Amino acid sequence: MELRALTALELGAAIQKGEVSVAEATQAALDAIGEQDGTLNSFITVTGERALERAERLQKGVKDAASPLYGVPMALKDNICTKGVKTSCASKILGDFKPPYDATVVEKLAAAGAVSLGKLNMDEFAMGSTSETSYYGPTRNPWDLDRAPGGSSGGAAAAVAAGLGWYAIGSDTGGSIRQPAAYCGITGMKPTYGTVSRYGLIAYASSLDQMGPLCRDAADCAAVLDVLQGRDRRDSTSLEGDYGHLLASLTGDMRGMRIGIPSECFADGLDDEVRRSVLAVADVLKRRGAQLVELSFPVMEYVVPTYYIIAAAEASSNLSRFDGVKYGWRAEGYEDLTDLYHRTRTQGFGLEVKRRILLGTFVLSAGYYDAYYKKALQVKAVIKNAFDQAFTCCDMLLTPVSPTTAPRIGESLSDPLNMYLGDIYTVSVNLAGLPGLSMPCGFDSKGLPIGAQLIGPHFGEGRLLNAAHAFQRDTDYHKRTPKGGKRA
Amino acid sequence: MTWETVIGLETHVELATRTKIFCSCTTAFGGDPNTHCCPVCTGMPGALPVLNKAVLEYAVKAGLALNCQITRYSKFDRKNYFYPDLPKAYQISQLYLPLCRNGKVPIHTQTGNKTIRIHEIHMEEDAGKLVHDPWIDQTRADYNRCGVPLIEIVTEPDFRTADQVIAYLEKLKETLQYLGVSDCKMQEGSLRCDVNLSVRPMGSTEFGTRTEMKNLSSFKAIARAIHYEAKRQIELLEEGKRVVQETRRWDENKDATFAMRSKENAQDYRYFPEPDIPPIELSEEYLDSLRAAQPELAEEKRARYQTQYGLPAYDCRMITSDRVLAGFFEGLVELGTPAKQAANWIMGEVLGALSVKGMEPKDMRLTPGTLSRLIVLVAEGKLNRNTAVKVFEAVFNDDGDVDQYVKDHGLEQVSDAGLVEEAVARVLAANPQSAADFKGGKEKAFGFLVGQTMRELKGKADPKLVNALLRKALSQEG
Repeated sequence: MELRALTALELGAAIQKGEVSVAEATQAALDAIGEQDGTLNSFITVTGERALERAERLQKGVKDAASPLYGVPMALKDNICTKGVKTSCASKILGDFKPPYDATVVEKLAAAGAVSLGKLNMDEFAMGSTSETSYYGPTRNPWDLDRAPGGSSGGAAAAVAAGLGWYAIGSDTGGSIRQPAAYCGITGMKPTYGTVSRYGLIAYASSLDQMGPLCRDAADCAAVLDVLQGRDRRDSTSLEGDYGHLLASLTGDMRGMRIGIPSECFADGLDDEVRRSVLAVADVLKRRGAQLVELSFPVMEYVVPTYYIIAAAEASSNLSRFDGVKYGWRAEGYEDLTDLYHRTRTQGFGLEVKRRILLGTFVLSAGYYDAYYKKALQVKAVIKNAFDQAFTCCDMLLTPVSPTTAPRIGESLSDPLNMYLGDIYTVSVNLAGLPGLSMPCGFDSKGLPIGAQLIGPHFGEGRLLNAAHAFQRDTDYHKRTPKGGKRA
Repeated sequence: MTWETVIGLETHVELATRTKIFCSCTTAFGGDPNTHCCPVCTGMPGALPVLNKAVLEYAVKAGLALNCQITRYSKFDRKNYFYPDLPKAYQISQLYLPLCRNGKVPIHTQTGNKTIRIHEIHMEEDAGKLVHDPWIDQTRADYNRCGVPLIEIVTEPDFRTADQVIAYLEKLKETLQYLGVSDCKMQEGSLRCDVNLSVRPMGSTEFGTRTEMKNLSSFKAIARAIHYEAKRQIELLEEGKRVVQETRRWDENKDATFAMRSKENAQDYRYFPEPDIPPIELSEEYLDSLRAAQPELAEEKRARYQTQYGLPAYDCRMITSDRVLAGFFEGLVELGTPAKQAANWIMGEVLGALSVKGMEPKDMRLTPGTLSRLIVLVAEGKLNRNTAVKVFEAVFNDDGDVDQYVKDHGLEQVSDAGLVEEAVARVLAANPQSAADFKGGKEKAFGFLVGQTMRELKGKADPKLVNALLRKALSQEG
């Protein structure tokens, strides 16, 4: 059996049936990592020994498996705390930091029988759209090794696309799951804010951060979300609610579903090939019974500045604790306390992180708070309203994930403003706390994957996953694998 | 020119909740460094705060007792600054929507009554402590205190004298202790006070430039710092110089304040709403339930004791000086002890024993039931007062059984006239000189003979009976 061709659910079923052992699956993933990750650089830390030990232990409990993902090897973005395992946020400043505790999602995955292969590369502190700002070097896109996998969960997307694990957990503050999923041709989801506990996620922008799955298809995403979601008393922003059972609700039935197509999201600045592929999704879903609704979403020009003000402001505060005093890396040769802070933070943070800390510090400063931060909060409310308005006449929105396909490595960082503008289709979803799904919907003439985004109202995960599931029944974009990859 | 001193206070009070404000670590004072800590209160990456409901309840109780408006929709904010005792590099506090506003605290001083207005009360977390070890020239951080809940009570600039400040602080301390929301121990830092002070020509309506004084570790220090700082500012102004807006540190040993940092170097704390904690919405029912549960405060008790029991004002003040003591008094009265007797025992024996043992009322094991039994035995003539005090001392520590103790030690009062007569006869026979002295007019000799008779009866005799029978015997001898 070619294990790497299976989805996470297919592998889970094979493990249940005894056709493959947890250890065999784990070893297959570790072999793939050994073979390919020297080039891809999708992992920062591989915990092979731990994974194999755990696989042996899990094998004994196969009969009592509580989850269809029992025994399936996966990996975690390196901003998710893992007890005793280095968690670096791809930053020099965290050094060899080994958290004294597990994130809630790590506990939940462990209870569901997940095998963690290790920690995935990312943009430093999740700040970036290409995974090039990592202190551990850029991750490469398995579809074209000269290109970026997107970011900030670029390691997660590249690893899953290349078959170095069956799924990954990433985090999404402004598109960090959805955009790399699109660039790497996989399915990823940012759930409703408050549905997955943030306890143990090293914060970038607390009011926008949300963890979610990067998978090979929508069904896998549903299965992973069934494990991750739920109220957690350790996270005050996590929500009570009827989370239901997402995997069981995937019917593929789209009858009566109204799909909104905001004209502003298909206007100038969008690559033609991307536009055509994304709009083609609407036709597929229409054939399955969905109705298409043209609508206007008139706030697009405000979303990027609003996002960067709020995210940077929160980041400037969240990242203050990295000061060289308590853990992580400390600069040498300091003269006094202030000098220790200066040297550690100057040398410990990368350029993009420092840029956002400075931006955030500025917008919160006396005299600027009202003009920037407060105004951004007001615009955030306007954006929320615009979505509420849209969802009165449709059940979900269809938009591109990114204006283009994956950029060449080195192309983006020189022009940060342009890079920020690339987030235009994804950041509004975080500002409004909504669920957003990214799925492969075609390839451009360079052979690079194109992603489509589905946006739903709060707790609309089920309908988004069902729409993606319907689309994936009628298409095979999600089954294609990178040319250089060894899947399939 | 005559000058007027204008003072406002910022008082930090540690709340007496069992656990910290955002995690379940203990709030106990002391402990080995960094043993009352977890990922949340040490600000480990990824950890998140969860508000302790008891903190909210205690803060609302304080606000209600200080006659504040309670904010129905309140929020936490982050106050950002770098310091090694603050592991997240921000303090979770409240700036924009504090929990309580517009309070009033009536105070009484020798110069009259006054109402001090409360500007606001907000909740926040305490920071850790830095301990400098001069032997090795190293500073170490102890995060045990990180996350201990605080309320900061900010007054309007309504004080004019140190007396008013002390009266307010005493009232505040008494109120918070009665509510059970804080132990208000200045020496352990659970009540800390910063003093904002300015001076202006008498009659002026504009405020002068103020300074803020920190490091005030006792009420005495606060009074002295106020006198010093007012004098310093007046001297500056009279010399034609100006007061600089700055923070000053009180130096207890030098009896003076010293500049710490001026306003020009003031930090920009870049406050913004805490995204990890949702806004707090309080319902009318919740507030009503807390209002209904507010205990009777010291001032109310004092007034009631005076009218209901006719106790002197002095007694009322003494008994209500501590909530547990007042409860003890009420317990005695409930068991039928006459109020004045209960008050006397508390002011005499109970406070005496506590002071000798260096204990606080809350640590006392003696129950009202035990003391009331003792008082009953005295009233029934079964124990004399002096023996009763001895019994009190014996049962105080472990709330022992009074009747058992009296029985075991044979302390029941001798009220048998025959026994006393026999003892009197023996004493008179043994001390003929004293008997003669008495008859010769030396009243002092009588006291000696009483003492000898009591000794003969091992102190257990009813003193009135001894007196009467001795006089009778002496007159008969004559």
